[in-house]
Amino acid sequence: MSSWPILSLVTFLPLVGAVFCLVVNGPKEAVDRNCRSAALITSLVTFLVSLLLWVRFDPTKAGFQFEEKLAWVPALNIGYHMGIDGISLFFVLLSTLLTPICILASWESVQVRVKEYMVAFLVLETFMVGMFCALDLALFYIFFEGVLIPMFLIIGVWGGKRRVYAAFKFFLYTLLGSVLMLLAIIAVYWQIGTTDLPTAFEKLQLSFQWQFWLWLAFFASFAVKVPMWPVHTWLPDAHVEAPTAGSVILAGVLLKMGGYGFIRFSVPMFPEATQYFAPLVFGLSIVAVIYTSLVALVQEDMKKLIAYSSVAHMGFVTIGVFVMNMQGVQGAIFQMLSHGIVSAALFLCVGVVYDRLHTREIEAYGGLVHRMPRYAFVFLFFTLASVGLPGLSGFVGEFLVLIGAFKANTWVAFLAATGLILGAAYALLLYRRVVFGALTKDSLKAMLDMNRREIAVFLPLVLLTLWMGIYPNSFLDPMAPAVDKLIGDYNAALKLARTASLHP
Amino acid sequence: MDLAIKLIVFLPLLAAAIAGLFCRVIGARPAQIVTCAALLIAAALSVFVFVKIGFGPEKLIVVKLFSWIDSGTLDIAWSLRVDTLTAVMLIVVTGVSSMVHIYSIGYMEEDPSIPRFMAYLSLFTFFMLMLVTADNLVQLFFGWEGVGLASYLLIGFWYDKPSANAAAMKAFIVNRVGDFGFALGIFAVWMLSGSVSFNEVFAKAPDMAAAHFVFLGKNVPALETACLLLFVGAMGKSAQLGLHTWLPDAMEGPTPVSALIHAATMVTAGVFMVCRLSPLFELAPTASQVVTLVGAATAFFAATIGLTQYDIKRVVAYSTCSQLGYMFFAAGVGAYSAAMFHLMTHAFFKALLFLGSGSVIHCLHHEQDMRKMGGVKEKAPQTFILMWIGTLALAGIGVPFIMGHGLGFAGFYSKDAILEASFAAHSTVGTIAYWLGVIAAFMTAFYSGRVMFMTFYGKYRGDHHTWDHAHESPLVMLIPLYVLGAGALLSGIVAYGWFVGEGWEHFWGVSIAVKATETILHHMHEVATWVKLAPLVAAVSGLALSYYYYIVSPDMPARTVRAFKPLHTFFYNKWYFDELYDAVFVQPAQMIGRFFWKKGDGATIDGLGPDGVSARAVDLAGVLSRFQSGYLYHYAFVMLIGVAGLVTYFMLFVR
Repeated sequence: MSSWPILSLVTFLPLVGAVFCLVVNGPKEAVDRNCRSAALITSLVTFLVSLLLWVRFDPTKAGFQFEEKLAWVPALNIGYHMGIDGISLFFVLLSTLLTPICILASWESVQVRVKEYMVAFLVLETFMVGMFCALDLALFYIFFEGVLIPMFLIIGVWGGKRRVYAAFKFFLYTLLGSVLMLLAIIAVYWQIGTTDLPTAFEKLQLSFQWQFWLWLAFFASFAVKVPMWPVHTWLPDAHVEAPTAGSVILAGVLLKMGGYGFIRFSVPMFPEATQYFAPLVFGLSIVAVIYTSLVALVQEDMKKLIAYSSVAHMGFVTIGVFVMNMQGVQGAIFQMLSHGIVSAALFLCVGVVYDRLHTREIEAYGGLVHRMPRYAFVFLFFTLASVGLPGLSGFVGEFLVLIGAFKANTWVAFLAATGLILGAAYALLLYRRVVFGALTKDSLKAMLDMNRREIAVFLPLVLLTLWMGIYPNSFLDPMAPAVDKLIGDYNAALKLARTASLHP
Repeated sequence: MDLAIKLIVFLPLLAAAIAGLFCRVIGARPAQIVTCAALLIAAALSVFVFVKIGFGPEKLIVVKLFSWIDSGTLDIAWSLRVDTLTAVMLIVVTGVSSMVHIYSIGYMEEDPSIPRFMAYLSLFTFFMLMLVTADNLVQLFFGWEGVGLASYLLIGFWYDKPSANAAAMKAFIVNRVGDFGFALGIFAVWMLSGSVSFNEVFAKAPDMAAAHFVFLGKNVPALETACLLLFVGAMGKSAQLGLHTWLPDAMEGPTPVSALIHAATMVTAGVFMVCRLSPLFELAPTASQVVTLVGAATAFFAATIGLTQYDIKRVVAYSTCSQLGYMFFAAGVGAYSAAMFHLMTHAFFKALLFLGSGSVIHCLHHEQDMRKMGGVKEKAPQTFILMWIGTLALAGIGVPFIMGHGLGFAGFYSKDAILEASFAAHSTVGTIAYWLGVIAAFMTAFYSGRVMFMTFYGKYRGDHHTWDHAHESPLVMLIPLYVLGAGALLSGIVAYGWFVGEGWEHFWGVSIAVKATETILHHMHEVATWVKLAPLVAAVSGLALSYYYYIVSPDMPARTVRAFKPLHTFFYNKWYFDELYDAVFVQPAQMIGRFFWKKGDGATIDGLGPDGVSARAVDLAGVLSRFQSGYLYHYAFVMLIGVAGLVTYFMLFVR
């Protein structure tokens, strides 16, 4: 079993589909059709293979599993090192689940450059999965940055009217942060002479001064990705201009790269700095929760509203990671997974009506429930999941984060919990303005309810949201040992640092 | 027994799923049959469970389902807990709910969305049952938010009406404010006791009462703080003063919904919560005083508004608000069993009043304004009699001192028990509550009488077309009314002994705080005679006065309004709470949101960040591009300047 490189398989399988798409030839329609099918089949197979990871994953172990290790640049001690633990497992699954859903969702809405579109998505999948599996800093950096390229193209080529502005804003923001992270990675490399991550966990002994600066450099990159206030302004623009599937991946997976990065790199490598900067993160996160919720309240564009709500929801994630107790960290991870499903579904909901009416203006809608009862149900379902109704996935993450935060600092929990109220306000306001009311606008009177393809897109997400809400232990149990180890190591490192400072 | 409990809880869910998801396949009639059947079975089983638990040897059953959230030391499971407190709620919930289901068949006859309505009702019942059978705080919260959702859906059931949508949202959001406190309370309890399961939390209650913890930068008594936070949740759900504004607006929903959710069951969840957590509250005297005061203030305040409203449903809604206040102040002084007693009797007579009002509204073709009613007793004689039963039960009319505890309608027993208990508490807040309660009882009787006299007596004041088509409700609506009428007549007499009489100890077991109950019930039976008589005198004179105002001398109301113009305006406009909240919360939130968006994100972050940088870059490029003019002498000139500069630099600084 260990000889079978399953992680590499999951990572690079999408490229097979991409290559196939690149070589098909013939009349445009045939090419489009073949590319769509090829992309769907490849991504579905990838998803099925990735499920094997879950099946074979040993939930009692804290360390990395399915490890693969090859020398890559032996001269510099850079290796091809892959492996997952209970934390990254579900992010891999999230990526492989959302890709086929995106492809299915773009089935009819993307009509130009279909081949290139599908290639971009499959390449994107490779980078995403690779990023969550990489256990070598150099390898991680390549995947992490690689994600930018297809995403930049997806927004810039298949986006809306201001797509170029949005694409560049997205690219520059994220690149600027990443450059600093690259410097930090190089600094780490000079300290220990390798980029291997598990080795770094063991060997890295940095003074507080060093931790301080390196933490900030990593923070620059991850904070943009999350995105944290005040470097969040690229997100609403990127979402608004991206095609539906682009938004889905952006909200579903790309935003998680930041939170994942904090857990995987910042906390274990720089524990003292993590503790030192936690109040800063709390402050920014609370501002994010309250500020962006209020901004979401007055939006006129459906996608922008959901984008701002994403910033607010990710605020809970950063709080959870930095309270550094079991509930907080597990809650943060769970919140990321849940947000990955729910916000993706909400963007898909916008996509459904956008495909029909080609506008995202909230004012253009109203009374959709009359023509589209199925749609009304699905949209309501995910709106409620987003506001954290118990029994659906959103509740579990928020609850765990807040209960963890309360233990650490009651002010943080108190202020963040106001997000419960504001979140309900903007989400229900959106729903009411779009779905409820009398059907008076002529343009809406011919709207058709969701077709079979659209139902197929939503059904897995609905079931998953229920599952995560009613029996979240399926997800919490496998990640528990890894989180436990993370917190244990963190506390041990802090203790060590304290004793060191007492006996110089 | 386990199976029965599971069936009670999950049959309504199953029915809701069938009616909701397959409504287009099966149609309206099967949806009605499925949901009503499920509820009737659940109600029958509830009676069985009630008898077993209330009078059997086994006082507590916990049915474990499966684990829910495990994270570190936090351990939450799905389970169904049934003790006497729950059993009482099971009777109330399934009893009223099944009657409302049946009633709805008639009331919603002409509605195009019958299956959806029935599905929502059953879904609500499921959440309510999950709430009352919760074995831990988080499952309680699940049911709590779930009933909030069902309430949101049902208030906004007629989604074409903007007012209904607004009311639905308001209900959800105001409740979220309460839930915010509730959630913080759960966190506090968990942090202090290390558990969220009731038994374990209760076992730790004495430790918590002695402990302190830092909350929002202050060192505060642990248990008091936790109880106050939890009570904020109760205030939201039970529409207590400050968080009450959603309840009157909730009357936008169909009348059966108002009867089920906004009178009999959901709004009483807050009272249930305080009683469920009575082992905590009995050790938190300050928090209990707050509960008493808030309850008493609400009882008084809501009654003043009830005096002035013209919409028949709104009068009953404010009356609900006020009656919930009674239950809270009973719980606040430690008379948990009296609070539960009133909760049960109130569920019957208030549901009766609502459904009766619905019957009137149905009769008059959806007219709700009492100024356009009158003389309806001719057209709806059965509704008329049933409404009188409800009114007398609400007013608390009875004959004291005969047959042991007197003889009267349901409210006579339960309201008197509450007032006696609050007086018997011999505390300042208890005495305040008693007097406010007596005054509120007078007002209650007055506005209840006013509803009766304005609606059923005198001459009809609406248009004749409606009058000609006015008719008594069909049997399917009247039967539930009779059942509830029986409850309003008999539940007091029958249940007095179990709830607050001699048999209370065996009946309640350990499901409510025993010590506090024992003390207060003991004192309660020994209060002076005038204390027992005062509420009755208030009620009778209230009814008599309304008879004088609306039958004997019909110009009195107008004259009184003129005489007390400012006060009447103040009451009529509901003490201006809505306007206040709009000015303090709603408008500023939107203003700040817009400010953050345009000035914060737009002007500041983007302006100084990406847009600013790129604009400066473009400016710079513009300046630089001027040099690229294509004329050779320009380039030569620039080069010359450069050379000159370089030479100067070397001459001056490089030695």
